[in-house]
Amino acid sequence: MGAERLTELFGQNPSGLLSVFYTAGFPQLDDTVQIGRQLGAAGADLIEIGIPFSDPIADGPVIQDSNKVALSNGMTVPKLLDQVRELRNTVSIPVILMGYLNPVLQYGFDRFCKDASDAGVDGLILPDLPLDEYESQYRETVDRYKLALIFLVSPTTAEERIRRIDGLTTGFIYAVAANSTTGARQAFSEEQVQYFQRLKNMKLKHPFLIGFGISDHPSFTTACQYGAGAIVGSAFIGMLKNSGDKLQGIEEFVKSLKPA
Amino acid sequence: MKFSVDNRGYYGDFGGAYVPEMLHPNVEELRTRYLEILNDEGFREEFYGLLHDYVGRPTPLFFASRLSDHYKTRIYLKREDLCHTGAHKINNTIGQILLARRLGKMKIIAETGAGQHGVATATVCALMGMECTVYMGQLDMERQRPNVERMRILGATVVPALSGNMTLKDATNEALRHWINRPTDTHYIIGSVVGPHPYPDMVARFQSVISEEIQKQLMQKEGNPYPDTVIACVGGGSNAAGAFYHFLEDEHVQLIGVEAAGKGVDSGHSAATTVLGKPGVIHGSKTLLMQTADGQVVEPYSISAGLDYPGIGPLHAHLFQTGRVSFQHATDDEAMEAGLELSRMEGIIPAIESAHALATLKKNQFDPDDVVVVSLSGRGDKDLETYIGWKPKNDE
Repeated sequence: MGAERLTELFGQNPSGLLSVFYTAGFPQLDDTVQIGRQLGAAGADLIEIGIPFSDPIADGPVIQDSNKVALSNGMTVPKLLDQVRELRNTVSIPVILMGYLNPVLQYGFDRFCKDASDAGVDGLILPDLPLDEYESQYRETVDRYKLALIFLVSPTTAEERIRRIDGLTTGFIYAVAANSTTGARQAFSEEQVQYFQRLKNMKLKHPFLIGFGISDHPSFTTACQYGAGAIVGSAFIGMLKNSGDKLQGIEEFVKSLKPA
Repeated sequence: MKFSVDNRGYYGDFGGAYVPEMLHPNVEELRTRYLEILNDEGFREEFYGLLHDYVGRPTPLFFASRLSDHYKTRIYLKREDLCHTGAHKINNTIGQILLARRLGKMKIIAETGAGQHGVATATVCALMGMECTVYMGQLDMERQRPNVERMRILGATVVPALSGNMTLKDATNEALRHWINRPTDTHYIIGSVVGPHPYPDMVARFQSVISEEIQKQLMQKEGNPYPDTVIACVGGGSNAAGAFYHFLEDEHVQLIGVEAAGKGVDSGHSAATTVLGKPGVIHGSKTLLMQTADGQVVEPYSISAGLDYPGIGPLHAHLFQTGRVSFQHATDDEAMEAGLELSRMEGIIPAIESAHALATLKKNQFDPDDVVVVSLSGRGDKDLETYIGWKPKNDE
């Protein structure tokens, strides 16, 4: 259970992994399960489900908007956990919940970890949880429920801190591609590619997935040359928002990034 | 020092730096350097020099004799309303822009609600020849048109925050997002004692000039630097932090923080965070926060745009939890009445924020020889339309 699915996936030096992020309860409240299933069927390797929050400070306009819509649809943490439980009946790839700390704290950190683990969640990404607080207050709980906690590094993270994060993270490292909020953008700059190379050269204990700004086959392929794979969020959510036939849209989206 | 920030950035249970990794280097740079810079002799000279020559400090401590007669006690007003730009906000923006220059950052961003902090930031940027971008909720831009124009005249770019409810909280989100995207050349001047450590401590230190002066002025006027009571309004809490700062450890000085009750604490239209909030994380710190059971931040309400923030600074959350400060509240109506009362009794039209502090005079018992200092944090020029449009309840 739990982190083991991630350990298994990352255990054999994988490459070309596609992780897809979407916001729970968007575009419709009950879409969470269907989207996850279709992602699994279409060939995604991991699923990251966003816990909607009223004040998503690290997100660009597309994900902000999806948070707002999901909340007005009536999305809550208990509903999300029910949806994940249902998703788990048919989907075997790792499922990660990603969200800001406050909704998790209000639910109760211990209770959240327990219920998430019971629902079949493998890992958590909590971008505004500081490393010190994690070590001193939360790590034991996360471990007790056999969840992975995945930490971020960014282009301005110092090498010593990257090593520390490598020691704390479980499963993989989320390498933020640019100093930016989430959202699709232009092709990677030379500076970004140097940063990916620098991470690769560090020979970290954990593999890294590159996220933020991955939107198409070229950016996905570039990311996969350096990391074990890449994470796509805003581009996928933009597709969900604009697509007439969601299920077909999901399949085409996954295949366009990661041709079989 | 019971009420100082500890070396982890906490005041008791509150504080910390809950920021995404992309902001960590910026916040860490500030954390490791702010004390060394603030304590530097050259910095202090420049800071106090500008406060004196440019802001107009020390601001008077005025004995309000008619108000004192009315409330049968001895009331002093700390005249922050006489600062350049009309409020205490500029004490902090002067300090932070000098700090930004020492960090080699030449671009400034800020958030603003009512526009006072935005104006204070645009002002110091003009003074220093630095590029200034101010985020302001679209709704607030409509409500506070004159301050938007003031910022533009001063050369700042005002960017409407279009996310969320388009008010102060959303402007703060947008400023943080901007900072994530421009981490190396930009300093973010936060306007209150909120945000990730070290902001709450840094802003409180810059504002502490208020209580530093109160002590000196009371020594001159009363022969004793300690008042019996200090009263200040609390939105995020920067003028209160400054007015309380040098009295925090002297527990015989009664401290009263006044929050905005809006249309009533239980009306669903309020900003009384200590009553309505629970511990949570917003804008990078753990503090008391108005939120739903599901942890979504609730939009506060107050007639005063400077007080409608859903949290309070972590220092204040700690002062509330420990009982060191008595947190009280005043409704829109009570504040407006107190503002008009001061206008007619002392010839001073206060900002509606500051009027909340005045409104608690009638709710507390003071002895005739008590010395009560009220922090008059800003002037009411920006609020004229609200004053003009306001009808006392018994006139309806």
